[in-house]
Amino acid sequence: MKTIFEKSVAGREGCWPCEGMAEEAYIPNELLRDGDIGLPSASELDVVRHFTKLSQRNMGVDGNFYPLGSCTMKYNPKFTETVAAMPGFTRLHPVLPQLQGAGGLCQGALEVMYETEKLLCEITGMAAYTLHPMAGAHGELTGVMLMAAYHRDKGNKKTKMIVPDSAHGTNPASAAIAGYDIVSVESVDGIVSPEALAEVLDDEVAGMMMTCPNTLGLFETHLPKIVKMLREVDALLYYDGANLNAIMGKMRVGDVGFDIIHWNVHKTLATPHGGGGPGAGPVGVSERLVDFLPISRVSKLEDGQFFLDYDYPKSIGYVAPFYGNFGVYLKAYAYMLRLGGVGLTRATENAVLAANYMRKRLSTHFDIPYDRICMHEFVASANRQTKNGVRALDIGKALLDKGHHAPTVYFPLIVPEAIMVEPTETENKTTLDQFCDDLIAIAELAESNPEVIQEAPVTLPVKRLDETKAARAMELTDDL
Amino acid sequence: MPYVPHTEEEVREMLATIGVNSIEDLFAEITEDMRPQSFDLPEGLSEMEVLNKLEAMANKNATDRVSFLGAGFYDHYIPAAVDALTMRGEFYTAYTPYQPEASQGTLQAIFEYQTAVTRLLGMECSNASVYDGGTALYEALMMAVRKTKRRKIVVSEALNPIYRVMLDSYTTNLDIEFITVPHKSGMTDIDGIKAAIDDDTAAVLVQNPNFFGSINDFTELFAAAKAKKAVSIISSYPVLQSLLKTPGEMGADIAVAEGQSLGLPLSFGGPYLGIMTCTKKMVRQMPGRVVGRTEDKDGKTGYVLTLQAREQHIRRQKATSNICSNQSLCALRALVHMCALGELGMKRAARLSIERAHICAERLTAIDGVEMLTKGPFGNEFAVTLPVNAYDAIAKLTERGFVPGFPLGRYYEGLENGLLVACTEKTSEEQIGIFAEMLKGALK
Repeated sequence: MKTIFEKSVAGREGCWPCEGMAEEAYIPNELLRDGDIGLPSASELDVVRHFTKLSQRNMGVDGNFYPLGSCTMKYNPKFTETVAAMPGFTRLHPVLPQLQGAGGLCQGALEVMYETEKLLCEITGMAAYTLHPMAGAHGELTGVMLMAAYHRDKGNKKTKMIVPDSAHGTNPASAAIAGYDIVSVESVDGIVSPEALAEVLDDEVAGMMMTCPNTLGLFETHLPKIVKMLREVDALLYYDGANLNAIMGKMRVGDVGFDIIHWNVHKTLATPHGGGGPGAGPVGVSERLVDFLPISRVSKLEDGQFFLDYDYPKSIGYVAPFYGNFGVYLKAYAYMLRLGGVGLTRATENAVLAANYMRKRLSTHFDIPYDRICMHEFVASANRQTKNGVRALDIGKALLDKGHHAPTVYFPLIVPEAIMVEPTETENKTTLDQFCDDLIAIAELAESNPEVIQEAPVTLPVKRLDETKAARAMELTDDL
Repeated sequence: MPYVPHTEEEVREMLATIGVNSIEDLFAEITEDMRPQSFDLPEGLSEMEVLNKLEAMANKNATDRVSFLGAGFYDHYIPAAVDALTMRGEFYTAYTPYQPEASQGTLQAIFEYQTAVTRLLGMECSNASVYDGGTALYEALMMAVRKTKRRKIVVSEALNPIYRVMLDSYTTNLDIEFITVPHKSGMTDIDGIKAAIDDDTAAVLVQNPNFFGSINDFTELFAAAKAKKAVSIISSYPVLQSLLKTPGEMGADIAVAEGQSLGLPLSFGGPYLGIMTCTKKMVRQMPGRVVGRTEDKDGKTGYVLTLQAREQHIRRQKATSNICSNQSLCALRALVHMCALGELGMKRAARLSIERAHICAERLTAIDGVEMLTKGPFGNEFAVTLPVNAYDAIAKLTERGFVPGFPLGRYYEGLENGLLVACTEKTSEEQIGIFAEMLKGALK
């Protein structure tokens, strides 16, 4: 499909809403750019048709089952968009509450943040939250910065961060960027074992970053022991909230001894992914880390007025210009209000039910390396299919032809030919069954006619794309 | 129960397939000692009840004030097509395009976005991954540190103070030193910055127009940085960039911007968009996701995420950055906004905004005791000094329905009487007139 730049016709007018152009030149010539910008000239209909056609070349949850393990693609209720689009919120300038006496002009927004923080605290058992981090990985970085501030304050000399081999790549990346050396701990039978941890744990360890259930979909049953071991060397325990959808109402990370947690609100509180962003990554902390949270923080006066408090001398400072992705929190907050405690727990229960159901149905045709009760996701392997030359990637592409988005493939790294499936609680049984039937049919075809699968996809706008060429040619803009 | 579709019958069938008696059996591994000590959440509400509750909260926000507040975040008109197109579920509810054949819409849109912003800033490469303008600056300076293996950053005090405090926070645990060159009455001290560059300088950081609204040409400064093998980083304002000399024309290595004013509502601080562009030489240091054009096995054009070897999901702790989001939906808004306005509309928005600011400056400085703080050319925002403390003047006018601007004393000692005033094409001449009258009255 042609780009919007190729469709441009010089002189064609767009949909600029008011006529006229300022006459006078206020800026001296030497400070102006040479020539045109190179943006398209297109009519409003040209633009509408172009982007409508583009959208039709995309799979989204609204149109397709999207069982992308570890990314939690559940349905995003539509009414939350109505909330986020209310002019009383969208027109609010972020600097407004910083003007003296103007806090009164945004009480509604401050209340949303205050109440959101309270709900997040209750769901996870943490003492306080910052809403500032603008994505999950940004929350991780903030969490690691909080760890560093804690140790600095106590005069601890710590240089290492422990990260299990099943962790998301963002964990080691975030810790390294904040200045830590990464120590990996190997999983034993799919989870972190106290013995393996003991081998790498010493006084120089600042903390450990865990995902529970982990990326294999397994619950970390040694958690209480692990918490105790870390406490003994004054190391902090970090909870990667990517898989929080699996435990709401069943476990609170604060109660079991975690010091820090980040959420990916799109995974647990059903805010849309939008092709990868924007997200929001609130970070909660236990009592001993509260003083280090970023500023500002929303507080409530006795008379019920809300205000932004900057008076935290031990704070790590600003991780965002304002208060995080407020527009995303509106959706998360509305979602929590809609479901309530019972609804959130039921979401977790049904996510876990759906994952176990699919694991069981698929175990007849696929290797399931850890074939026991899982949480909200499980990892299958295409090991059996590789004998016929069909790889996890091929199976994913064949699923696209059947109208499903592919599961996550080749992650976690510790399972060869990994196919990571996460159905979520919002998909009905008919869809789950159809997906299982299609995947089993693909497994059967891999036996009888593997070439067909290696050719997939054939029903989409493009066939398999040459990624090597893209990296070599580095054609990153439409300038030929 | 909202959004959970299973009937009781279906749940029974699923449990039977799994081979357990109840859903609770699936959670047996979470032993009693790990169960919640409390889960005291409110009861769920109906959709209508939630909407009513949030509408009431929205109404507590005073969004009816006529505002001249900017400080880097502006209220520009957003064509209706932006909402209509970006709200399409195929875009809205998709994920990061890991399966390119099923995500050509997202991928081509990012490719077109990369094209549009590199043209706007006169640069060669762009990503669509960074959260906001401040994070983009931080990521840019980290690119420079990696590239040069040096540790000193020379930064202009006329660069947005909100971003400067962010940079301080992010680098606390790292061996990085900032040399901050003071502003001169709101003007960027180019000679001072030049003098501060030495052989240990990783990067120079400047802003155009600077925080006080004044416009510069940094061509010479960037040449001086280049001579010392330091990286030139500029933060610019994308709307005005359709008129102003581009970072590329000035010789910048990395150009960043806050993309909010390109089709994203103010929304109390987010979500926004970090625009990040650089030269081809720097692209392998750039964080986040980059889309490249390629072809499929039949030779048909298509798009994929490329240069992924830099990223956290492959390089883990050795990655260029921990960023794994790609702000695709925000980038899409920016792209549709630029396309809807088009070449001409973008220039009109910039020129009208500048014109309104100049009319406003003229009206305000006609008041006794109100003077321009900066002396050179400015864009759609400008700084004046008042005969009184700016906070007090703001408080008085806000009561009367006008938010007159940003008090410079909040971040700059000695500028307690300084007021930063912003206009956009949405600001009417009538509003400017009433604002000037009101300020005049408040200063009496």
